[in-house]
Amino acid sequence: MGRLTLRWVALGYLGLILVGPIAMMVWRTAEDLDGAWAAITEPDTIAAFKLTLLVAGIAVVVNTVFGIVCALVIVRGNIRGRGFLNAFIDLPLSLSPVVVGFSLVVLYGLNGWFSWFQTNGYEILFATPSIVLATIFVTLPFVAREVVPTLREIGTEQEQAAHTLGASGWQTFWRITLPSIRWAVVYGVVLTAARAIGEYGAVAIVSGNIVGETQTATLRVDDAYQFAYGNYAPAYGISFVLAATAIVVLVLMIVVQPKESRH
Amino acid sequence: MSISVQRITKQFDDYVALRDVSVDVAKGSLTALLGPSGSGKSTLLRIVAGLETADQGSVFIDGEDVTKRPPQERGVGFVFQHYAAFKHKTVYDNVAFGLKIRKRPKAEIAERVNKLLKLVQLEGLAKRYPAQLSGGQRQRMGLARALAIDPSVLLLDEPFGALDARVRAELREWLRRLHDETHTTTVIVTHDQEEAMEVADEVAVMSSGTIEQVGSPRDVYERPANEFVMQFVGQAHRHGDAFVRPHDFEILLMPAESAAEVMIERIVHLGFEVRVELIRMDGEKVWAQVTRDRCEELELEEGQIIYIRALSERVFA
Repeated sequence: MGRLTLRWVALGYLGLILVGPIAMMVWRTAEDLDGAWAAITEPDTIAAFKLTLLVAGIAVVVNTVFGIVCALVIVRGNIRGRGFLNAFIDLPLSLSPVVVGFSLVVLYGLNGWFSWFQTNGYEILFATPSIVLATIFVTLPFVAREVVPTLREIGTEQEQAAHTLGASGWQTFWRITLPSIRWAVVYGVVLTAARAIGEYGAVAIVSGNIVGETQTATLRVDDAYQFAYGNYAPAYGISFVLAATAIVVLVLMIVVQPKESRH
Repeated sequence: MSISVQRITKQFDDYVALRDVSVDVAKGSLTALLGPSGSGKSTLLRIVAGLETADQGSVFIDGEDVTKRPPQERGVGFVFQHYAAFKHKTVYDNVAFGLKIRKRPKAEIAERVNKLLKLVQLEGLAKRYPAQLSGGQRQRMGLARALAIDPSVLLLDEPFGALDARVRAELREWLRRLHDETHTTTVIVTHDQEEAMEVADEVAVMSSGTIEQVGSPRDVYERPANEFVMQFVGQAHRHGDAFVRPHDFEILLMPAESAAEVMIERIVHLGFEVRVELIRMDGEKVWAQVTRDRCEELELEEGQIIYIRALSERVFA
C-alpha cells in the first residue's frame, strides 16, 4: 500500500514537472503544424540549428578529451593539487551561466586581459568563438564527473596486467582503460551535448544574438517568443525540435546500453 | 640464475616493506615466497615484475640488469590474486592480448591461444566473458594469458588466495604438473605454508621485510634456521627452552625421565590423525599429534593425566 502511494507520488511529480510542459508544447505545435514547419525550415532557423550543432560538437570533443584527462589525473595522478582540481572542476555547475557570459565579455572586451584578439581583428565576442568558449565552460564537468567513479571502480590491476603483457602506456589506454570506461564516457558525452544544445544564459550575453549569424537555436526560440505578436507557432516548432532531440537521445541510450553492460 | 634480486630496499611512506633483501631463483625451478601478510613478499614479486620500483638494489633476469626497465620490457608473466581479467574482452581475447600487442600473425595467435586454452582446460569457453566464468576458471585464464607471451619467468601473486579450498587444492596440483611440463622458472607468493610445501621445490621464508631462510620444503621444515621459521612453517610449541613439533611428542602413561605432566583437555579426531589438546602444569596449552591407532592403543580420555616427552626438539640461541 505504502509502496503504491510512493509510486503515484513519484509519477505524479514527474507528470506535473516534466511531462506537462512538454506535452503542452507538443500539443500547441500540432495545432499549427504548417506554421511550425515554415518556422523550422526558414533559412535563419536552419542557420541557428547549424550553429548550435557546430558549437555543441566542438564543446563535446574538447570536453570529452579534457574530461578524460582530468578524470585520469584526479583518480590516478599522484601530483599535488588533484584535490583542488577535483573541487574546481565542479565550478561551472554552481556558477550562474549569466556570470560566465559576463566574465567572458569582460575578459575579451576592450579593457580585458585578452582584448588583444578583439583589437587585432580576431573576433571572439559577438562571434562563434565566444559562443564556443561559453558553451565549453558550462559543459566542462560532465564527462569528468561521469568517468571519475568508473575509473575508481575498475582499479589499476587490469592496466598493470596489460603492462606485464607488453603493452605501452598508450596501448594500455586505448585497449584497456578506454573500453572499460566507455559507458561513462558515452553518458558524459550525452549530458555534455544536451547541456550544450540547451545553453542559453551564457550564450545570450556573449553572442550578440545576430539573426542568421550568431543566433543559436535556444536564442531563436526566445526571439520567436518575445516577438511573436500573437503567432507562437515558430516558437513551438523550434522548441519541439529541441525537445524531440533530447528525447530521441535518451531513448537511444536506454535501448543501446543494457545489451553491453551485461558482460 | 634466472632471477637474481640483490640488496633490494623498499619503503612506503614511513613503512619499510623490504630491508636489504637478496635472493636467487634457479632457472627452471618453482620457488615459493612464503610469509605472513606484511612480510614484503608481494612487494618483492612486484619489484621483480617492474610493477613497483625499488628504492635501492638491483633485479637481474637471465643475467640482465632489468632494474630500470618498465614492466612491458621485462617479458615476465604475472598472475594476480584477483585475476585482473580484462572484463570487456572474451576469454580468447584475454589470452591473445600479449600476442596482439606483439603484432603476431593472426593464424599464429589463433594456434597458440587455442593450444593454451586446451592446456588450461578452457577450450569450450573461448567466447565467454570473464564475468561468465567461475573463480577457478578465471585464474586459469589468467595463467594462460601470462603464458601466452612465452615469459622468461612466471610470477604468481597469491594466485589461489581468492578461491575456495577444494578449487585451490586442484589448481595447486595442476600448477605443479604444468611446471613439470613447461619448466618455466616460476615464483609463487603465498601465506599458506601447506601450499608452499606442496607446490614448490624451493621455499624462501620471509618476515618483516627480510628473508629468514631459503631451502627445500623439507629443509625449512626439518632444519628451520630460527624460531620464526620453526613456528611459521608447520606447527611448533615452546617446551621449556626448546621448540617441539606436535608429532614429536611421545605420550607416556607413566612418569618418566624428562617427561612433563599434562592433562588431556580435549581429543579431536581428524580422520587418520588425532589431535590431543593438553594443559601443562604451568597452565600453558600445547597439543600432540598422534595416529588414530596410537590413540586407541593408549585408551586416551579427556581429563586424564599423562606425560609427554619430546622425541626431537630444537633450541635457538
